[in-house]
Amino acid sequence: MAAKTFDEMRSGADGSIRAPYQGVSRWLDSTSPERLAATRHEVDQFYRRHGITFGAYGAAEGAETTIPFDIIPRVIAWDEWEYLHKGLVQRVRALNAFLADAYGEREICRAGVIPEQQLLMNAEFVSMAQGLKLPGGVHAHIAGIDLVRVGEKDFYVLEDNVRTPSGVSYVLENREVMMRLAPELFSARRVLPVANYTEELLATLRSVSFSDSHEPNVVLLTPGHYNSAYFEHAFLADEMGIELAKGSDLFVDEGRVFMRTPRGPQRVDVIYRRIDDAFLDPLAMRPDSFLGVAGLLGAVRAGRVNIVNALGNGVADDKSTYTYVPEMIRFYLGETPILQNVPTWRCDKADDYKYVSEHLAELVVKEVHGSGGKGMLVGPTSSKAEIEEFTLLLKARPDNYIAQPTLALSTCPTFVAQGVAPRHVDLRPFVLSGKKITIVPGGLTRVALKEGSLVVNSSQGGGTKDTWVLAPDAQ
Amino acid sequence: MLSSTAKNLYWMGRYLQRAKTTARLIEATQRMALQSRGKEAEGVVAIFGMDDEFRQRQSQDGRLSDLIDFLAFDENNPSSIVSSIGSARRNAREERNNITVDVWESLNGLWLELTAKLRGNRATLDRGALIETVKKQSVMVFGAAQVTLLRDEAYNFFQIGAFLERGDNTARILDVKFHRLRPDGDPHTEEMDYFAWSELLACIGAVRTYRRIYRSSLDPKRVAELMMLRRDVPRSVHHCLWMVDLAMRELADAYGTRGEADRLAGELHARLRYARIDQIFDTGLHEFLGDLRTDVATLSTEIGRQFLLD
Repeated sequence: MAAKTFDEMRSGADGSIRAPYQGVSRWLDSTSPERLAATRHEVDQFYRRHGITFGAYGAAEGAETTIPFDIIPRVIAWDEWEYLHKGLVQRVRALNAFLADAYGEREICRAGVIPEQQLLMNAEFVSMAQGLKLPGGVHAHIAGIDLVRVGEKDFYVLEDNVRTPSGVSYVLENREVMMRLAPELFSARRVLPVANYTEELLATLRSVSFSDSHEPNVVLLTPGHYNSAYFEHAFLADEMGIELAKGSDLFVDEGRVFMRTPRGPQRVDVIYRRIDDAFLDPLAMRPDSFLGVAGLLGAVRAGRVNIVNALGNGVADDKSTYTYVPEMIRFYLGETPILQNVPTWRCDKADDYKYVSEHLAELVVKEVHGSGGKGMLVGPTSSKAEIEEFTLLLKARPDNYIAQPTLALSTCPTFVAQGVAPRHVDLRPFVLSGKKITIVPGGLTRVALKEGSLVVNSSQGGGTKDTWVLAPDAQ
Repeated sequence: MLSSTAKNLYWMGRYLQRAKTTARLIEATQRMALQSRGKEAEGVVAIFGMDDEFRQRQSQDGRLSDLIDFLAFDENNPSSIVSSIGSARRNAREERNNITVDVWESLNGLWLELTAKLRGNRATLDRGALIETVKKQSVMVFGAAQVTLLRDEAYNFFQIGAFLERGDNTARILDVKFHRLRPDGDPHTEEMDYFAWSELLACIGAVRTYRRIYRSSLDPKRVAELMMLRRDVPRSVHHCLWMVDLAMRELADAYGTRGEADRLAGELHARLRYARIDQIFDTGLHEFLGDLRTDVATLSTEIGRQFLLD
């Protein structure tokens, strides 16, 4: 695609500073590198002391590292956000309609838009979820939609995350830290606040209870503190004032879910679960799971408890279903897609496979069910040997892969060892769907800290930035 | 509140208190070793019932620094200071959402400092300074809990854990040390080792307290009375069991139910409250403390059964 990388600060007309970045640019010019370095150090201390940590799997000293936080904010203008907001609402509405349909009548297959086998043969299809009637028809209550930018007006959806998207705690903490470190920046530009996320999340969770109770009891179900996102689980439960439960804290009796408390069992109405489908209920899914609650899915099916996100959502966000999302928008909403998909080759199609295998050096190839930046090939930055190795993997299971052109992800100024330099970024806004759809302005900006790298995943050495959406009058 | 939260806070209180007691005990023992020729190291290990484990790890000549390393900095010793702080921190970490930032930060800060120092060169490690840090910082954690925690169920479980551990610790220290100094258990004596008895008081930080209360020279019977029966001494067994009973009653009022744990807590409190020191020595101090510690252990089990569902 575009040969020249779009820099969100410097790619203004004739190489000038783009309007939304005027404030940040002035701040960078007037702050010495030593001061920036000192600030960077303060941040690290702050994160460590507060225990805001992330356990990357396989990290040598085991448990806890902090995700690098870059102190230079990423800025989105109001009109850009307005456009993204519309596109995100549209996309998530379609994904929810699709999930309800996929586990219902499957009209979209009957209409010939998506082949039925794409659903039924999908490893993420959960037959236990067939016929589920959920409050408001919502399945993807919390969606993280990964966006990338390649030009002034060009945004693409890289992938949808509608299982248990994580990272929102960094959105909130990064803002807290940024306001502490550079209050002068905030006074100059009106930045839309993000702190109401947990309030909106709690309202969303309460709004999807099966029961009519005005005070539905919501709990957050975590796999426990060995999970890499445990900090986020504790953080969200704390902010919402709900119980942070492990599987062993809950039990099912006569089809109802209860939590164990010193006063005796207490009824649970909604479970915000941060456990994968397979581990939710040893009676219905993996029998060796110690993380789940025996009988939970029966209670869900009986309409006694709702789980967020719903069971079986993986069928909507794997990388082969992704290619159909624009069609879903047309089919369910009768609208033209606002946000574009990245052109994608599906290697289970003979023509696509042929093209991909001949152009591996130019493409990004991903596993259909992969996540976390693992099991993928970035053609342009891979060695000949790596490409040859991948050719064999692809040949063995073409249906396991999709391929996309290597996008020139936009860059943002980032503080690295050599000083301030451009690094590639993406954006994950969090979309809440209950009685209504809510999106807190911005989202999580992930930044690839290695020069030239396009992989932003925190498990692969990516960092994060505070993400600003400027108020309309701040233009 | 979840039962597992109650359980974590209870154990956080216990481990934190255990680390604090151990730090104080080591300091007192170190002072004692400088002033007398006794084999104090062994006595201290006996308090934790770990004579065998210690002997296995000790170097030939039995230096005091071996004892300190074993009791304070040995991660293979589950009762060591570093293990206890680690366990308290794990409990706290699981309940990040149920404790205040102040409690978490002070505890996490202590753990980070302790483990960082221990990863450094052991040869140049200033053991005394590190023990001092543990003492000071754990007081900070308790202080933060006192000042910032919401007075809800969770707080009461934290209190019960801390005071049950503290009362048990004082009972253990008194039992072991008293009978090392007076193997026959007889408090009446002509000559007595002033340093040894003041060190016993120092283990619970009560040397000056003794002077304030009795205004007399050290007397074994009074030392035992102070450590067991004085309600106004914050580390006495009586004071601790009184606090446990109070916290239990608050829970009973909140839940509207009472069980065996409540009965036992009340009974233990009453036993200490109405005991007379002469009577205790008539029937035997060792027997009294033995029964007491068995009942404290039973109370812990009953609390587990009644609230924590383990």
